[in-house]
Amino acid sequence: MLLIRRDICGYCGCCVSVCPQGALELIDAYLSVGEDCTGCGICARACPLGALEVADEA
Amino acid sequence: MKPEYDLLVVGGGPGGALAARTAAEQGLSVCLVEKRPAIGVPVRCAEGVGRDLLTEFMDPDPAWISAEVERAVLVAPDGYRITLEPSMAGCEVGYVLDRKRFDRDLVMQAANAGADIQVKTRAVAPIVKNGAVAGALLEQQGSVSEVLARVVVAADGVESKFARWAGLETAVPLSEIETCVQFLMTGIEIDPGATVFYLGNEVAPEGYVWIFPKGDRTANVGIGISGKKCRSGSRPIDYLNRFIKSSFPEGRVLEWVMGGVPVCRPLERTVADGLIVVGDAARVSDPITGGGIYNAMFTGRLAGKIAAEAIGRGDVSADGLMPYDAGWRSSKLGMALERNYRVKEYFITLSDEKLNRLVHSVSQIDLAQFSVLGIITELVRQDPSLLLELRAIRKLL
Repeated sequence: MLLIRRDICGYCGCCVSVCPQGALELIDAYLSVGEDCTGCGICARACPLGALEVADEA
Repeated sequence: MKPEYDLLVVGGGPGGALAARTAAEQGLSVCLVEKRPAIGVPVRCAEGVGRDLLTEFMDPDPAWISAEVERAVLVAPDGYRITLEPSMAGCEVGYVLDRKRFDRDLVMQAANAGADIQVKTRAVAPIVKNGAVAGALLEQQGSVSEVLARVVVAADGVESKFARWAGLETAVPLSEIETCVQFLMTGIEIDPGATVFYLGNEVAPEGYVWIFPKGDRTANVGIGISGKKCRSGSRPIDYLNRFIKSSFPEGRVLEWVMGGVPVCRPLERTVADGLIVVGDAARVSDPITGGGIYNAMFTGRLAGKIAAEAIGRGDVSADGLMPYDAGWRSSKLGMALERNYRVKEYFITLSDEKLNRLVHSVSQIDLAQFSVLGIITELVRQDPSLLLELRAIRKLL
């Protein structure tokens, strides 16, 4: 499950460009995550600010 | 907004604006949509562009030029600096733009040419008929409407979704995204006429730190590093904070700019039935510098022209639009992208020791031949053992 720290996110879209699933979308200043997110964490690696984190399912 | 246009442009950056303006000038009915509430913001760019490249499109306007740049300074990992002066052939004189005003001016030009402009309007899905893109569903103030178009131009930038929805593979490999942070800083001691580039695996792994002047004591100070070098604690923001702390502790930050810059090869195909992809969405930013303003304007203008021709012929299939794809690939820009991609693939393998030698060697290069390729040619001359490593790019020299 992808956690988005919205207080850190700079809504730049860098993560959207690397998502292999096309699961992320930047809607103006809001990053949305689709159901096809596999939790691969590539977006979290690419984030310039560290706003994304893959958490284990509870 | 009308229910039908000849051309629908998704995205209001320089690529979209040039596509819209060019098509409108050719007599097409055009609508440009921008998902953000304003053209030109937020800025996601270091704002540098070559003068000669820009003037291919328009006369420079002081309203959107923040600084004129006449020198470039390269700083090696060991701190050795070389200054490239304007007398050196190939040392490009350039501008640092005010993208907020520049982008708005470009979209105004499109509007003046007759294009409809819709901001805070987001393409949420393509309309597909018989396998071909035939428009888009556009969301505006909570309601979604169908807008048909004979051709759609996807100019939706690094976070492009439209081309992917239409079936093109657009994901950028993690190793080929430059992840970037930039501060607009003021109150700093800089050379207002010089761009400065810091190289090195300590300062910016597989990337560089830049200082692009924006006027007196003001500059864009930023960094890009490879996505594969980006980790918790060593993200662009961490590198930039360290650089600022040592270089500009007295500075004040007026603006944060974040973003990703593709340094991969361009999309394998930049057209589909009823669709043309331009600019960062097509991944045509420069793999070495990351620069993409000119590249977006060039591909945008070509897209507008080819769309008009294809609509005139009544063939907007991928084949009918293929002159766009073939056109930019065979252009000077297209060839530079391929060459620079291969050079970049070599550059990113360099140790700091080799980067030091590279920068030191620049001062000994025949000035008439200064260029990225000139540097590499000189490096080989001075160190023939590098020939083996340079094998892959030798034929490009």
